[in-house]
Amino acid sequence: MFKYIVRRVLQLIPVIIGISILVFMLVHLAPGDPIRLLLGEDATPEDYARLQRIYGFDKPLHIQYLTWAGNALQGDFGVSIRQGAPVTMLIRSRLPATMELAFFSVLFAVIFGVPLGVLAAIKRGSVIDLSSMVFALLGVSMPGFWLGLVLLTYVALNVGWIPMFGRGGSVFYGFGQLFTTFSADALYQGFRYIMLPAISIGTAMMAIITRLTRSSLLEIMGKDYIRTARAKGLAERVVVFKHGLRNALLPVVTVVGIQFGAMLGGAVITETVFAWPGVGRLIVNAISQRDFPIIQGGVLMLAIIFTLVNLAVDLSYAFLNPRIRYD
Amino acid sequence: MLRKIAKNKSALVGLILISILLLVAIFADFLVPNDPYHMDIWISYDPPQWFAPDSTYILGTDDMGRCVLSRIIMGSRVSLLVAGIATATSLVFGVGLGAVGGYVGGRIDAFIMRLMDLILSIPSILLAIAIVATLGPGVVNAMIAIAIVRIPQMARVTRSMVLSIKEEDYVQAGKALGFSHTRILFKHILMNCFAPILVVATLGMGTAIVVEAGLSFLGLGAQPPIISWGRMLAMGRQAIRSAPHLTLYPGLAIVFTVLGFNLLGDGLRDIFDPQLKKD
Repeated sequence: MFKYIVRRVLQLIPVIIGISILVFMLVHLAPGDPIRLLLGEDATPEDYARLQRIYGFDKPLHIQYLTWAGNALQGDFGVSIRQGAPVTMLIRSRLPATMELAFFSVLFAVIFGVPLGVLAAIKRGSVIDLSSMVFALLGVSMPGFWLGLVLLTYVALNVGWIPMFGRGGSVFYGFGQLFTTFSADALYQGFRYIMLPAISIGTAMMAIITRLTRSSLLEIMGKDYIRTARAKGLAERVVVFKHGLRNALLPVVTVVGIQFGAMLGGAVITETVFAWPGVGRLIVNAISQRDFPIIQGGVLMLAIIFTLVNLAVDLSYAFLNPRIRYD
Repeated sequence: MLRKIAKNKSALVGLILISILLLVAIFADFLVPNDPYHMDIWISYDPPQWFAPDSTYILGTDDMGRCVLSRIIMGSRVSLLVAGIATATSLVFGVGLGAVGGYVGGRIDAFIMRLMDLILSIPSILLAIAIVATLGPGVVNAMIAIAIVRIPQMARVTRSMVLSIKEEDYVQAGKALGFSHTRILFKHILMNCFAPILVVATLGMGTAIVVEAGLSFLGLGAQPPIISWGRMLAMGRQAIRSAPHLTLYPGLAIVFTVLGFNLLGDGLRDIFDPQLKKD
């Protein structure tokens, strides 16, 4: 097991190097001269040379990459072209918002997706089953950012206490406040802001989880050991939850990992809808300003998080399923 | 084939939805109730007919007083065209790379597959956004971006199919008869990979449409005057309080389209691979 973990962690190194090359090359694929783009039409040759030196564009490509990657490794993604602030600082100030939103989106998807899937499987063929499957189909066919717009229009505009845009502080901080000062105000503030964005982003994953839980549980419930458990005279509740669901949830763990990437990507657009102050919105704003250091740093950061989550899922899967081969 | 589709409810509904959509896109010029480009500021933000029966526009008008229904009908073209061309492009490159990797094996295979892993290690919408951000906004660049992020899945499916078919007796027989590699690869192997590739491509169309909508929502896809659903949503967002119909209906068009491809893809998978069908 230990060997497997070490191997799996070491495998990350080439992947991350690969991602960094890809992200670095992106900017150099851009048509035209990035400095010309920055300076506009009426720049003097001196300005041009100066900026070229500052950004290191006068050096050969591989030197540029090594410099950039070396700095990135030390947590330095350069300086934002438009805002003048260090990219690392900008990303660090936005990252908690994005991570918190991702966390609550997954939480929403699991909390509602798994029970709905179980219910559909137990009441197979019923109205509940049918409607949950229709919901699952619609859920995966719906762009999250559009669902966000619909929720804004039909929920936020009609329910007074649900705000339309922005973030009301960290929900985790709110929990901390609740336990230390017994004041639920910070929690309430955080929660009412994060609700709609988390639902918009999490619905697609919830739909997938519902569908998977249902089919996985149905398959497990046909197994011999379930028949044995029933023959022993166990209560149906015990059979379903203890013997069935525990085994049925394995593929759900994997799918959460696989879908996490799609979710992070979709969150970039949904953050824009809700003016959520996360990394996604930072990247989107940087695009319209052609602020390449932010785009590079932001995309690299999100890709690395995605890779780490996949690693965590792989490891937890190996942990949950002892039958997995470690070689 | 059609008879099998008719028996599978999911595939049938999907096929009907997509057929309707294709007909709408092809005959858009004749179907539009009004000129989708005609502006009239005096009638901007007219509500849809079932909220205001005296309105002359079925789904109301947008900020420039243009007919929303006509614009949704016209917008189907860009959605389907961008997603279709991007999927076809990713199909050509993905199948090509996957087939070569699986058939040749060795270092070339390892190199291709690592490259695919690399593309997959960045969330696809994010990568598409980053690609269009560097290439510049526009329909063609959106197509390129969507095609690139869709290649790895095609390549993986093709490769795994090629790997399993490669060992079949009829392929070995072809080799023994001295057929060229190209002939074996195209006539004997790829012909038999058709089904799973079709399934992935169909489901991929749904994804491509969502990504296209997302890109144009961010202003990175089709530029005005080209009408796209994503762009309509972005415009609608500006008027979310006064004219909710501007975000509702173009989004429903997207859901309808993606649903069609998902249903057809699911159905085709069940038809081609009855073992996969769980219940």
